[in-house]
Amino acid sequence: MNATLPQTETLEIPKPPKRLLTYFEDGGRTVGSWLLTTDHKRIGILYLYSIVAFFTIGAIAAAIMRLELITPAGDLVTSDTYNKLFTIHGTVMVWFFLIPSIPSVLGNFVVPLMLGARDLAFPRLNLLSWYLFNLGGLLALYAIAIGGVDTGWTFYTPYSSTFTNTHVVTMVAGVFMAGFSSILTGLNFIVTTHKMRAPGLTWFRLPLFLWSNYATSVILVMATPVLAMTLVLLSIERIWGVGVFDPQLGGDPVLFQHLFWFYSHPAVYIMILPGMGVVSELVTCFARKPIFGYHFVAFASMAIALIGFFVWGHHMFTSGASVYSGLVFSITSYLVAVPSAIKVFNWTMTLHRGRIFLNTPMLYALGFIGLFTVGGLTGLFLAALALDVHVTDTYFVVAHFHYIMVGGMVTGFLGGLHYWWPKITGRLYPESLGRLAALIIFIGFNLTFFPQYVMGYLGMVRRYHAYAPEFQIYHVMSSAGASILGVGYLLPLIYLIWSLKHGKKAPANPWNATGLEWQTPSPPPKHNFAQTPIVTRPPYQYSAETEEHMVYG
Amino acid sequence: MTVLNPPIVPRKIYGLIWVVLLLLLLLNWGLAQLNLGPFNLVATLAIAFIQMMLMLLYLMHVRYNTPLTWVFVAAGFIWLVVMINLSLSDYLTRGAVAGRFGKSWIHETSVPPPVYLPKP
Repeated sequence: MNATLPQTETLEIPKPPKRLLTYFEDGGRTVGSWLLTTDHKRIGILYLYSIVAFFTIGAIAAAIMRLELITPAGDLVTSDTYNKLFTIHGTVMVWFFLIPSIPSVLGNFVVPLMLGARDLAFPRLNLLSWYLFNLGGLLALYAIAIGGVDTGWTFYTPYSSTFTNTHVVTMVAGVFMAGFSSILTGLNFIVTTHKMRAPGLTWFRLPLFLWSNYATSVILVMATPVLAMTLVLLSIERIWGVGVFDPQLGGDPVLFQHLFWFYSHPAVYIMILPGMGVVSELVTCFARKPIFGYHFVAFASMAIALIGFFVWGHHMFTSGASVYSGLVFSITSYLVAVPSAIKVFNWTMTLHRGRIFLNTPMLYALGFIGLFTVGGLTGLFLAALALDVHVTDTYFVVAHFHYIMVGGMVTGFLGGLHYWWPKITGRLYPESLGRLAALIIFIGFNLTFFPQYVMGYLGMVRRYHAYAPEFQIYHVMSSAGASILGVGYLLPLIYLIWSLKHGKKAPANPWNATGLEWQTPSPPPKHNFAQTPIVTRPPYQYSAETEEHMVYG
Repeated sequence: MTVLNPPIVPRKIYGLIWVVLLLLLLLNWGLAQLNLGPFNLVATLAIAFIQMMLMLLYLMHVRYNTPLTWVFVAAGFIWLVVMINLSLSDYLTRGAVAGRFGKSWIHETSVPPPVYLPKP
């Protein structure tokens, strides 16, 4: 019977190329190929350049302030200049470093890889986000260059809308534009997570970084329009004298605070949730154990995103808001501590009986857990209505939010950057230097900010460039810590750049990790995967007993 | 519906919605000429709500979209309600102070207006 069948031609199956071109090589190496790229990985790196530049500007402003505060007298800069310095520091660090740091840099790079997708859902929109972000940043820098702004990063009215003679509208326009970048990025992540998951990658098989990133994106999309609207109203009042916030024009200054904090408190969670996502990845990988309570950690991210919208009034306990609303916001602020604590407990339980590798990313993750816990618990002090009255506008508040934003988010960012650095660049960084830098940052950070808790509680008011001499010892400690912290931040900058040329070549999976991003070469090819991966298992299937060692470290 | 397959909405629907929006605008203007007391505000808000829904459902294609889009649109409104509601928890209780142990909330009838510094 076989003999009667017609002979078919043998198809020539093309052999796969020996090595896929990386995203560095594929698409060209010219500046134009980078500036017009729609590849999520390249856009992530463009964001990295941008935020490092903005971080440097914000850090220089902080360094001058810390120098000024070494002595009680205001002898280095005038009070006006000092006002402008803390405004530069706050504005640049919040909107042009912290908010885009993990989502736009690491998120852009790893989200499609973790999802098993070729790119984000809207690649051109992604590039537009980067341009809007930089345009906003340049406007903010222009405002600084032509004389600066002295309102603080919160732009409180009616001072910002009526009284100050500095360049509020230009600065606000920059922030407004960066806000659109945030909205577009958030939208892109939401659609990508819904629509572009690899076959088999169900919601409860998503890595926890993606849950955090999704929760962050929801906040970005839901909250940022309110900031845009508020800043437009502020500009309308300032330019045309239409009364919205100025009581002399029939407006209400507290309304500005309501609208501003409706965005800006959830923005705190925009800054910390991605860091929590990174830590979930790191803890489970470097303890070689599946995460403890996956569903709880995932839902805690969504709960933080949701409850984070109900707490903004705790910024206004002393601003003339009613006692009743203070009571409501105090209770809701306590509520948000519950999902945050769930995460900390789950990370701790993941460490329990794990086989812990103290590699650089893990050191950052452990630092994050400790510093975030201190920052979070002191946040409860501030949520307590009566105690908040005592410490409002003191260095206690400054220390609290730096423990969250710097101790939490920057530490999380550095942990994530080290973890995914081999994937991003295809090179390994020097591990011992990495550990040293993590240690220096931890020590420097605590020396900088812990004394601020003490002096704040004792009554040292924030935003003053001259102060009572009894606080000098704390300020000197803080400034000394800041210089150590500066060295700690400079070190990774140097050795990471060094590793680009001199670092060992990274294997596809240097940490023996389980995520999809490790199933493709380092650095990945332009379209991420030679074949669309199929997911058949839950995430984090680590085993402390069977694993011999990490490939690296 | 996906991005690649937008719905085909007949032009007459767009035209009809445009005419209805203009008629509602006229109605709004007409009602503003009458003194309905507190109902002027109710009528204006009701008309604005209908206009908004028409734009959202037909001009922004939400009616033809997937349930997931409806969820996000609804979430936008819920967020707005949260913002207004919690802000009002401040404005509607200004001057309300708690009594001593066991007593209910007391509302001071005459809260002195704040004194603002004159403009420089």
